[in-house]
Amino acid sequence: MKAELQPVLDALQSAFGAHISEFREQAKAVIAVEHIVEAARTLRDAHGFNMLAGLSAVDYWPERKPRFHAVYEFKNISKNLRLEVRVPLDGDEPKLPTLTEIFPNANWHERELWDMFGFEVVGHPDPRRILMPADWVGHPLRRDYPLGYEEVQFSFNFKEIDQRKPRPQD
Amino acid sequence: MSISQLEITHDELKHLVSERAQTGETLLLNMGPQHPSTHGVLRLLLELDGEIVVNCIPDIGFLHTGIEKNMEAKSYEKAEVMTDRLDYLNTMGNNLAYCLAVEKLVDLDVPERAQAIRVIFAELQRIASHLVWLGTHALDLAAMSMFFYCLNQRERILDIMEMCAGQRMMTTYFRPGGLWRDVPAEFEPAVRAFIDSFPAEIELYEGLLDKNPIFLDRTKGIGIYNGEEGIAWGITGPSLRGSGVAYDLRKEEPYSGYEQYDFEVCTEAEGDVYARYRVRMREFRESLKIVRQALDKLPGGPVRSNNRKFVPPPRAELGESMEAVIHHFKLWTEGFPAPKNSIYMPVESPRGELGVLLEGDGGPKPYRCHWRTPSFVNLQILPKISQGCYVADLVAIIGSIDIVLGDTDR
Amino acid sequence: MGLEQKLGNMGIVTTTLEQVVNWSRTRAMWPMLFGLACCAIEMMASQGADYDASRFGMELMRASPRQADLMIVAGRVSRKMAPVLRRLYDQMPSPKWVVSMGDCASCGGVFNNYAIVQGVDEIVPVDVYVAGCPPRPEALIHGIMTLHEKIKGETFKDWA
Repeated sequence: MKAELQPVLDALQSAFGAHISEFREQAKAVIAVEHIVEAARTLRDAHGFNMLAGLSAVDYWPERKPRFHAVYEFKNISKNLRLEVRVPLDGDEPKLPTLTEIFPNANWHERELWDMFGFEVVGHPDPRRILMPADWVGHPLRRDYPLGYEEVQFSFNFKEIDQRKPRPQD
Repeated sequence: MSISQLEITHDELKHLVSERAQTGETLLLNMGPQHPSTHGVLRLLLELDGEIVVNCIPDIGFLHTGIEKNMEAKSYEKAEVMTDRLDYLNTMGNNLAYCLAVEKLVDLDVPERAQAIRVIFAELQRIASHLVWLGTHALDLAAMSMFFYCLNQRERILDIMEMCAGQRMMTTYFRPGGLWRDVPAEFEPAVRAFIDSFPAEIELYEGLLDKNPIFLDRTKGIGIYNGEEGIAWGITGPSLRGSGVAYDLRKEEPYSGYEQYDFEVCTEAEGDVYARYRVRMREFRESLKIVRQALDKLPGGPVRSNNRKFVPPPRAELGESMEAVIHHFKLWTEGFPAPKNSIYMPVESPRGELGVLLEGDGGPKPYRCHWRTPSFVNLQILPKISQGCYVADLVAIIGSIDIVLGDTDR
Repeated sequence: MGLEQKLGNMGIVTTTLEQVVNWSRTRAMWPMLFGLACCAIEMMASQGADYDASRFGMELMRASPRQADLMIVAGRVSRKMAPVLRRLYDQMPSPKWVVSMGDCASCGGVFNNYAIVQGVDEIVPVDVYVAGCPPRPEALIHGIMTLHEKIKGETFKDWA
């Protein structure tokens, strides 16, 4: 971990009660969901983290508290620093405040979170699905969502599968 | 699912189009998902006032492949096969990002020779990717011969890949801990022949485009954003360097020994389509420089790590050592476990920052593998920079931000 | 060329209507400019200078389905794309053919999951399957030649 990152982590810890950890020289800060907007604003304005490099989530099902982690990757381009911020979220229908006011590119990332994980992004300007069709049911990247594996057709089960395969009309 | 269910209703889009669309004053036009100049299956819903784009609403996901979910069901080694098919113009680069992520997660060493060969291939792949971009971008802007010249040179690179990996595109040549196998003896002369002949080709392309008045008219002053906007929108790669920000992960956060090579980060200040074109043209030469340096000091030695817990032993050892058989069996039936933690590994793909968030759970399968893909992030700025331009300019802008839909939709 | 011998002294070729129609269909087959994923890049390569599909009368890729008679499904078909693909197929005028290019389009390939249609033959009738991930341009051209062979064997009854 770079020495320049230490004051940032200290500031996050004192202001938002962040829980800091480190793994393979990468710093992670776990921040409660009610502080994430303020923390992102502080990171951008006071500490120069001017790019939201990535935003995704991890599902820890069947864990309940927290079930999800929203993972933000912030980047300070001028000082060349990276920081991962994780936000634990409880329950099956978690709510997450939007960061679109601070980082405009959070828009699609948050739509993806809704689409893939079913996070309700509060205050999002365009809360639609992004990757799946609009009428899709379920959120595919949740751990309790099945992979959707279909049985593979080999010579021994060819007929059986062939019968239930849809056949198009000309 | 019927087609009528796919149609987006007017109400759903009310907040995205201007009020003039409600009265029918402006026209809503659908561009894509099957359109020759959207570079894949991108769908754009355009609100047009005559020929001027008032609003542009991208609709992605037509190539959503479920790769992230599918990788969770495979072991670390098997999941790599999926990474090739993400950004199919940068297959080696995806392998590289994934292998580096796995290596970092399990703390695995990579021999020097493997690192140098990885760099050579990553840069050749960058050239190949830029060639496809240049060919299709120029084709969209009515310079058809470029397409044939560029694809012709791309075949030279694909031949080198096929020689080493046995496949033209989906190589899966890099493996966690090194390479699949060492390069053949013909590799070095083939790469040297390519890097010696390619500079003349670049001059040919520049001769065809740089002073071509049609090309200049359609690219200069189109689709402008400045560096600050680019950073705020998360743009990376040549699309950001075209706006004057010298941000290149090969320099900023070097991986695979990029810090040993002398190359320049190409930037242009204007931030328009032409600047992004110039950045990529200059990157051809920088990539050649890196390949030449890496080839000149290509070290000898093994190309796979000697850590038997993660890398299968060579075939010859299986006949002699019981331990090797056990390792071989364990690795190919079960895979190797990774610690219960996560890492984020960014690399510089031809399109920008390609980041892998890889999380292990102590078992042999990735618990979560998220791909921060440059095309997905870079495409977001399209509605903003296309407002007020002509439909024909939109084609140039889409080409200049160089998206690959496999990368966008994952 | 050998045409002179066939023409003979009278300048007349005798053949059947079936043959001449089938022959003309194979010699100017316009594929739809329609790429989905990785295979589309190899499809582009087959149009490029090295492989040159125009040798077989198919340099003209049409972006509009109304002008095309061959659909090359080049790449994986997602559930979101499937209705679009079917609509494009319906918009093509008869006679029309479909080449399923690559493993993903033929059977789902490595992606056996929720997002990908396990074979495009669930949506449109396929004439020729080309294996490979992605198939080489030669393989695609071979697939198209195979389709030509198939068309040459068509009879009046098939057209009706």
